[in-house]
Amino acid sequence: MKTAVVPPRPDLSGFDGDPADLIPVLQTIQSLDGFVSEESVRLVSRWLKVSENEIYGVATFFSQFRFTKPGEHVIRVCLGTACHVKGGEQIMDVFRRRLGIEPGDATPDGKYQLERVACLGCCALAPVLVVDARVHSQASVLKIQNLLGRQASGEDS
Amino acid sequence: MKTLDAPRRRALKSWSGLQNREDPVLYVGAASCGLAAGAAEVTRAIEEHLAARGFRADIVRVGCIGPCYLEPLVDIQMPGKPRVSYSNVTPEIACALLDAFLERGEVFRRHLVGHLGEDGYGGIPRFFDHPMLARQARVVLRNCGIIDPASIDHYLARDGYEAIESALSRSWTDVLETVKSAGLRGRGGAGFPTWRKWLTCRETESDCRYLICNADEGDPGAFMNRSLLEGDPHAVLEGMLIAGYAIGASHGYVYVRAEYPLAVQRLRTAISQMREIGVLGERILGSDFSFDIRIKEGAGAFVCGEETALIASIEGRRGMPRTRPPFPASEGLWGRPTIINNVETLGSLPSILRNGAEWFSQYGTETSKGTKTFSLVGKVRRTGLIEVPLGTTLRTVIYDIGGGLVKDFKAVQSGGPSGGCLSEEFLDSPVDYENLAAAGSIMGSGGLIVLDANTCIIDTAKYFLNFTQAESCGKCVPCRVGTRHLVGILERISQGKGQLSDLDRLEQLAKAIKGGSLCGLGQTAPNPVLTALKYFRSEFLAHIVDRRCPAAVCRDLVVYRIRKEKCTGCQRCVQVCPTGAITGPRSEPHNLDLEKCIKCRSCYEICRFDAIAGDAIVIESGA
Repeated sequence: MKTAVVPPRPDLSGFDGDPADLIPVLQTIQSLDGFVSEESVRLVSRWLKVSENEIYGVATFFSQFRFTKPGEHVIRVCLGTACHVKGGEQIMDVFRRRLGIEPGDATPDGKYQLERVACLGCCALAPVLVVDARVHSQASVLKIQNLLGRQASGEDS
Repeated sequence: MKTLDAPRRRALKSWSGLQNREDPVLYVGAASCGLAAGAAEVTRAIEEHLAARGFRADIVRVGCIGPCYLEPLVDIQMPGKPRVSYSNVTPEIACALLDAFLERGEVFRRHLVGHLGEDGYGGIPRFFDHPMLARQARVVLRNCGIIDPASIDHYLARDGYEAIESALSRSWTDVLETVKSAGLRGRGGAGFPTWRKWLTCRETESDCRYLICNADEGDPGAFMNRSLLEGDPHAVLEGMLIAGYAIGASHGYVYVRAEYPLAVQRLRTAISQMREIGVLGERILGSDFSFDIRIKEGAGAFVCGEETALIASIEGRRGMPRTRPPFPASEGLWGRPTIINNVETLGSLPSILRNGAEWFSQYGTETSKGTKTFSLVGKVRRTGLIEVPLGTTLRTVIYDIGGGLVKDFKAVQSGGPSGGCLSEEFLDSPVDYENLAAAGSIMGSGGLIVLDANTCIIDTAKYFLNFTQAESCGKCVPCRVGTRHLVGILERISQGKGQLSDLDRLEQLAKAIKGGSLCGLGQTAPNPVLTALKYFRSEFLAHIVDRRCPAAVCRDLVVYRIRKEKCTGCQRCVQVCPTGAITGPRSEPHNLDLEKCIKCRSCYEICRFDAIAGDAIVIESGA
């Protein structure tokens, strides 16, 4: 069923109000805003004629969507099989300990966001992590401690 | 019918122009793996160095050629000479390489792997004679790492879109017959004969049919589909045209993981190039066949690799599977007949149509024809993407191609979270659908993770169950609750709190989950536990009876110890210890307070990488 309602935001003009586009619409919103806010769920609900409940049902099903503002720098630690076998969990632990947060959370100052990712597909170079857009391969506990040290002293990652 | 003669002529000119360029050409492996290893920095260094020294050269970004452990790979092609490939190139090595070739006219010798094409130097080995590549057969991966994936001309020049031209001049039954006699089976894991699925779809009356390319490569530890999409997207898209023609579909979708941004970008570029030369859209090449392709990005749910869950997610709903039958081939997307084929299945089609069924079925075994790509990772020396004829033994894959292990072999894990850990006794059995299933594992999409003596089987099983437990969609109780209990029991065992009765409990629970789940996720989720119990029972007993982890992995069952005779007292471990558990004055052996030690591994690593003290800190089993 198509609705003729104009998109609630100009940056969603690529969509024509088809409820089947719910997931791509939410993906677009998240890529622009960094997260899916309550406000945008309300807007999308009215536009696509899908209840807010249903939108949350779909959005929480998929691990990609987040509902709080992410930290400034996003650290994604890969915990795929190859990374696990080569010590990815220990790398996650260093971040947990040093940043004092759990995966999925942001530091209170909003500077760092910690995420786990199922597999980045760079398994041959495990363990792997991504800081913002930069991939760090063959990571070790030591390399991470140095990296965090550099970040803290304000150098580029 | 229109032909592709004109675009192909242009393409051949551009491709041979690249081969016979007056200026040198540099090829940089710039797939995700290459970029992770630093290809972007190397490319920047090359560009800067060329500019600074006033050298002229072209740079071509290619996909992944396979040996990821050699990344970043850079090839240089001097005028009239073949491409010569260099491994593990850093910005410094890239500059030295350029100076050698461009300034001094010499062949750079360090980091040299081999040449591609005809030998033009004498004495340089062939790239494809490298031990990792010599035993491989490149059918699906034939263009990966060779061509620029962003150029349709390169694909066309290497016989691209010839297969769809020939398919369109034949009847759909003829195309289906070719795929049938080639013996192609689904490469996504289950190995269902491709033609049979197609025929069901074609024979179902409908006003419209759909084709979906399943690029939701969710198995952790597998990246074959990513590499193919990044390195040769047109091969997969041409495969979609062929499948679409055979089943009579008018619309195609590529359902691709959002974690693969480069693959998505390559697909977008390729699709718009297809439109330009008229192999996508209305009445393709003047025939009656109209077909369009859209990209759908997944949103991170492993269960969406399952056909009905994938369909639900394309329709904008929660990705939860439904009962089958009806199978998607008769009732799928929007209730219409739908075929879902894996990336590699589709990527095999152009080669089959171009070279014939007989050519394809020369590879493989009686029941499993053709080649299969695998991602060979874990504790093996040479990691990367490989393609071998089906029926190749695990020993050939792990030892001849992978170069073996540093430590002792323990197991190889195939099939991701749906597969299992196979022990040494399976090393000489040929890898095909039937053999792996008989052993209690599955072929899966092609992840092969090699485990050595330092890997704990209980920890590995726990890892996979944690994964499936988190990814279970929650629809079937045995899967939702059962996997959670499996994790709980494994957790207990790994903490040294297990009982012998836990082993029976694991087995009972596993069988209940397998029998009581709707979709493949639940039906196969217990495989890692079942194979572990079957082939590595002694390791369970060590954890339960002796309360020790033989691989020294399970955190509750290991201790850290400083070997006084080795410790030089350099204090580096004191500096990295987050809890102050290590103390001691400089130049004297340090002390480790086990009460304070949280087993974070920092001291172990800093000590191991230190040339002077070496391995003064050890992790031992025993609480």
